[in-house]
Amino acid sequence: MALPAISENLRSVSVLLIFSLLCWGQPVRAEGLVADLTSHLIAITTGFTGTSVVLFGATDGPGDVIVAVRGPDREMTVRRKSRVAGIWVNTQEVTFANVPSFYAVAASRPTADILSPSAAAFYRLGIANLKLVASTPAPSVVVDAFRTALERTQEQAGLFVEPMGKVDFLGGRLFRTTIAFPANVPTGTYLVEVFLVRDKDVVSGQTTPLVVSKVGVDAAVFEFSTRQPGFYGAIAVLTAVVAGWLASLPFRGT
Amino acid sequence: MDIYLPIAEVSLDIFVLLGLGAAVGFLSGVFGVGGGFLLTPLLIFIGVPPTVAVASSANQLVGASVSGVLAHWRRGNVDFKMGYVLLVGGLLGSLLGVWIFTLLKRLGQIELTISICYVLLLGAVGFLMMIESVRALLRLHSPGVSRRRLHQHTWMHGLPLKARFRRSRLYISALLPVGIGFVIGVFSAILGIGGGFIMVPAMIYMLGMPTSVVPGTSLLQIIFVAANVTVLQAYTNHTVDAVLALVLLVGGVVGARIGTRFGMRLRGEQLRFLLALMVLAVAAKLAFDMTVRPADLYSIASEKG
Repeated sequence: MALPAISENLRSVSVLLIFSLLCWGQPVRAEGLVADLTSHLIAITTGFTGTSVVLFGATDGPGDVIVAVRGPDREMTVRRKSRVAGIWVNTQEVTFANVPSFYAVAASRPTADILSPSAAAFYRLGIANLKLVASTPAPSVVVDAFRTALERTQEQAGLFVEPMGKVDFLGGRLFRTTIAFPANVPTGTYLVEVFLVRDKDVVSGQTTPLVVSKVGVDAAVFEFSTRQPGFYGAIAVLTAVVAGWLASLPFRGT
Repeated sequence: MDIYLPIAEVSLDIFVLLGLGAAVGFLSGVFGVGGGFLLTPLLIFIGVPPTVAVASSANQLVGASVSGVLAHWRRGNVDFKMGYVLLVGGLLGSLLGVWIFTLLKRLGQIELTISICYVLLLGAVGFLMMIESVRALLRLHSPGVSRRRLHQHTWMHGLPLKARFRRSRLYISALLPVGIGFVIGVFSAILGIGGGFIMVPAMIYMLGMPTSVVPGTSLLQIIFVAANVTVLQAYTNHTVDAVLALVLLVGGVVGARIGTRFGMRLRGEQLRFLLALMVLAVAAKLAFDMTVRPADLYSIASEKG
């Protein structure tokens, strides 16, 4: 049971390493654009009901700005029900290997007006350009239908947001936008990509990491439940027994 | 006020959870059923992932049953001997149940199997109880023909290993409660429930236990079955949300206390009639859900649920 936890850690460490290389080594022509977040850590505590982070920055001249927020990739399986002998049963399923657990886009003007379709596809901007690849062999018509269903469900859950909001310019150079995260935001390391757009093409870009993490009691409970599952289960039972016993005490004698 | 649940990974209104716990606790206090068959679907309905809902309600059941048993015990309404004998069968049955569960999972369509099992079991149990309790209620209203037979001798009473269960005023073969416990243990493991709604009618109709000791004894057995499920789920699936279970418990114990008192005021026949009504309602709802075209034909399952 300890092995998956370790590999999970290794994975997040390696993802972080890749980020660092991306950020420090070769920024995508970052000279035209500087941006940062008001906070690089979203702490999920017991009272967490969603939060927002402000992204601010400056450009070296006129142009439009597009911001994309991408949560860690997850494997997701979409199932489709159909009627068998009067009962609705899951009959078909398609698995998508790398679905961002969260995806949101904000732009200073509607994306379609400022960016060419080919550039949007190249930089994977917009839900339609996420390139969700099915790992289950199935005809492309079927995969398309399942992909649409996946995108729709994620949008309904508030995990795919497009447009998330507007990137506001203050004067000609300074810009800011608010990135809102819902209460059900998945944990992990996020990528906030900022693109400077001129003449329907991306001329500069910058990527900033953002960590969404459980902290405090919740983090401790979660850690415990994955590291020591048997012990955790026993404690959960014991807690319930004690709570049940305690709750019956004040009534004694009545 | 919202509270973040660390394993379920969602934020939910704490008052909704408390209310839900109280409502289910009330029912468990009145009828002596754990209420798992109601709690799990309700949790899923308010947004808890199904796997977490199943496992966490088992955890909640442990606490709710402990306080329920204590309440009944103080009134002398728990037959410990009967409870332990049932438990022996129950634990053996749950082993077989887990094996069947794994087999069904490998074959696919475990969810459908669970739904169909629920509908058939709840439907049959509810229907039989409904008929019996209506008859009993009618008999009450026509005094002259009251014919309460304490003992109906059938083949069951010819079985060996006879034991005396003083609280239940029974002298029957121990194989009988062991067998009933076994069957219920199998279903508990497959359906992920305490099995109170099968246990209660079985105790009344098959064993012939007095209605007054049934809820307490049934709850005693549920403590151990639910504890077993909790540990197994925590160990294999990491889906027990202790925070969720605790919040539900706080509401649950209050509801259970009120329910226990309320249950004392009702006559046995009325109690059985109401339980039958509730069980049938849940069965009808589940059957209806299976045949109605779902709002969205597609559903998503990530690694977690």
